Amino acid sequence: MTDPIIEHAVDMESKRFGLKKPMVRYDTQGEMSDAERVKKAMQHFAKDFGYVAATYMESCVHCGICANACHFYVTTGDPKYTPIWKIEPFKQAYKREAGPFAFFYKLFNLKHKVTVEELEAWQELIYDSCTMCGRCTLACPMSIDIASLVGMARHAMFHAGLVPHELWAVALKAEEEGSPLGANPKVFKERIRWMEDEHEVDMYIDKEQADILVCMSSIEIQKYPKSMADTAKVLNYLGLSWTFHTEGYEATNFGLLSGNLDWQKDMSQKIIDTAIKIKAKTVLLPECGHAYQAMRWHGANMYGQSLPFTVVHISEFLADAVEQGKLKLRTVGKTAAFHDPCQVSRRGGATQAPRKIIEALGIELREPASSGDFNWCCGGGGGVITIHRADELRYKAMELKLKQMDSTRAHLMLTSCSNCRQNFDDSGEHLAWGRKIESLLELVADNLIEDK
Amino acid sequence: MSVTLLDFARGPAMQWALIIFVFGMVWRLVGVWGLRHKADHSQPRVTQGVWKRGLRAVFVRVLPYPEFAPKVQGQYWISYVFHLGFFIVLLFFVPHILFFEDILGFGWPGLPNNVIFFVGGITVAALMVALIKRILNPVTRMMSNFDDYFAWFVTIAPVVTGLLVNANLIPNYELMLAIHILSFQLLLIYLPFGKLMHGFWLMVSRWTTAVRFARRGGLS
Ligand code: SF4
Ligand code: SF4
Repeated sequence: MTDPIIEHAVDMESKRFGLKKPMVRYDTQGEMSDAERVKKAMQHFAKDFGYVAATYMESCVHCGICANACHFYVTTGDPKYTPIWKIEPFKQAYKREAGPFAFFYKLFNLKHKVTVEELEAWQELIYDSCTMCGRCTLACPMSIDIASLVGMARHAMFHAGLVPHELWAVALKAEEEGSPLGANPKVFKERIRWMEDEHEVDMYIDKEQADILVCMSSIEIQKYPKSMADTAKVLNYLGLSWTFHTEGYEATNFGLLSGNLDWQKDMSQKIIDTAIKIKAKTVLLPECGHAYQAMRWHGANMYGQSLPFTVVHISEFLADAVEQGKLKLRTVGKTAAFHDPCQVSRRGGATQAPRKIIEALGIELREPASSGDFNWCCGGGGGVITIHRADELRYKAMELKLKQMDSTRAHLMLTSCSNCRQNFDDSGEHLAWGRKIESLLELVADNLIEDK
Repeated sequence: MSVTLLDFARGPAMQWALIIFVFGMVWRLVGVWGLRHKADHSQPRVTQGVWKRGLRAVFVRVLPYPEFAPKVQGQYWISYVFHLGFFIVLLFFVPHILFFEDILGFGWPGLPNNVIFFVGGITVAALMVALIKRILNPVTRMMSNFDDYFAWFVTIAPVVTGLLVNANLIPNYELMLAIHILSFQLLLIYLPFGKLMHGFWLMVSRWTTAVRFARRGGLS
C-alpha cells in the first residue's frame, strides 16, 4: 500500500484544485480477498437499507427514460451511463439478498451473486460518471431517486476498498488532517490573516461565543480566498456577531462523497460540536453545494437528533438580508445567467434565493432553457472533479453546460458554488470558453452601499 | 377434454390464481413497508401540506415534465395506449362484466363488441411497438431482463387469445376460451412477482420521493 498523502501532493497550480494526477492508479484499497470485498460491499450496502431504498429498488420498470436526464449519457450516448444502470449490481443484490422474494431468487438462483469483477467494473459508473445531481429523479416516471441510491452504493464500494484513488486519498486527508486539500487549521488561520490585511476587513477567529459560526470550503480557503473576506465584509456590514473557528470550519464533506458514513459523521460532528460550544444560533455555509447537502439535510441525521441551530447557505442568508431590507446594494444593471448548484437548488430547495439576490442587484436574469430545478449539472460535483480518469467525461458534460449558459447571451455568468466555479475555470480553459464565471457572494460584497 | 379444461380454468385455476395474486401482492408490499423507516431529523423548510404534495405527485407525474417531454413523450403515449386499451377491454367487454358480476355481485354497462375488438387490436399494436422499441433502443436493450420480456408476454397473451376467441377463426371455441382464461390467470399469478407490480409501486414511490423533497422545499 502506498501512502496516499505522500504519494499525492496537492496541486495548487491547476485550475481544478485537487491532488496531482497519480503516476500509477491504485483503485483498490486495503488487503482483502475477493470474497471479502464482495461481502463487505453487501454488508455496508444493506446497513442503511430501509423502506425508501427498497421501494426504489422494487419500482424500476426498465423504461430507460432516466437516461435522457443525465448529462453523462446525453453527451456520450453510451448506454452504460443510464442512471439506474449505475447501480445494477446492487439492484441484483437487493433482489437476491434483501427483497421480499429473496428466498425465491436464491432458491432458484434467478439472480446470480454479485462478483468482485462486477463491482470493479462498476466503480467508474458509481463514482466517475455520477455527480449525484438528481436530475434523473425528475425524469423517472416512477420518481425513483437514483442519486440517493448511488450514494448508498458508494457506502458499499468504500468498505469494499473500491474507490477511485484520488477521491479516496482526499477523503483520507480530510479525515486525518481536517481538510481534503491541505487547508489544515494552521493554513486556514494564516490565510484568514492574509485576507484580513489584503482586504482591510475585520475577520474573527475562535471567538468564545458568537451567534453565527461561519464555515468555508477548502476550495475557497485555498483557491478563492476573497470569498472569506467577502463573507466577513457582509457580516460586518450587517453588524452581526460571528466567528470562524479552527475547530470546525471545513464545510466540504468527503466522507459523504467517497461513501464512508463514519467519516461523514466525524466531519459533520466537528462543525456541530463547535457550533454548540460557541452557542451559535446559525451555521453559515459557504458557496458549496455538497457542503449544503451534507450539513443542511444530512447533518441532523448524522447527529441523530435535530440540531440546536439553523443551517443556512450563504445565498439563502443573503436573500433573507435583502428581503428584510438590511442589505443595500448598488444597481449593477447588466444581464446575467445563473448556474444553479444542484445540491442547493434542485436537491436543496433554495432555488429562489439567488434569484432574489440577482434582482436586488438590478441585474436582469436570463434564464436559459432547463434552468432552476431542471438545471444541467456542471459535471464536477459528487467528487467527480477530483478523479483525473474522469476528466474527458467531465469536459463533455461541461460542453453541454457552457452551451446552455452561452445561449442566454448574458453579460455575466454567475453561480454560488465554488466547486462548480472551479469546474467552470478548469473545463472552461480546456474548452477555450473565453469567459469566467463569478461568485454571487463576491458580486454582492463588491456592491454594498456602505453609507447606510 | 376441452370441456374439462374449461371447467378447470373457470373453477380451481381461477381460485388459485386469485389467491396467489392477492397473497403475493400483500407479501411484497408489506415486506417492503415493514423495513426500517428512518426518521429525518433535518429541520424542514416546509411543514405544511407535505403529505398533500406527496399525493399530488402521484397524479402530476402521470405526464413527463415539459423539460423532458420532447424526448420521452412518444414512449409515454405508447405505454398509455396499451395500458388504457388493456383496462377498457378488461372492464368493459360484456362477458368480462358478467364474470365480475359473478364475483362482486354487481355489474356495469359494457361497450359494444366492435368497439372492444377495435380497442383490443390497438392494444396489441401498441404492445408490439413497445417491444420493438425496447429491442431497438440500446439503453432499454441493455437493461432488459427476463422479467421485462415475460411481463410483456403475459400482458399481450390474454388480449391476443381474447381476440382469437371472438374472431371464430379457431373451430374449437371452448378450448380457445379455456386458453384465454388460463392466459389471464398466468398474468394474475405472475403480477406480484415481477415488474407488473409497478402499478402499485408507482404510487408508493412517487409519494415517497415527493414527501422527501417537499419538506426540503424542492421539486420531485
Ligand atoms: S444523479 Fe445526475 S449524474 Fe447521477 S445519474 Fe442522475 S442525472 Fe446522471
Ligand atoms: S426512468 Fe425510472 S423506471 Fe425508467 S429505467 Fe430509469 S429508474 Fe427505471
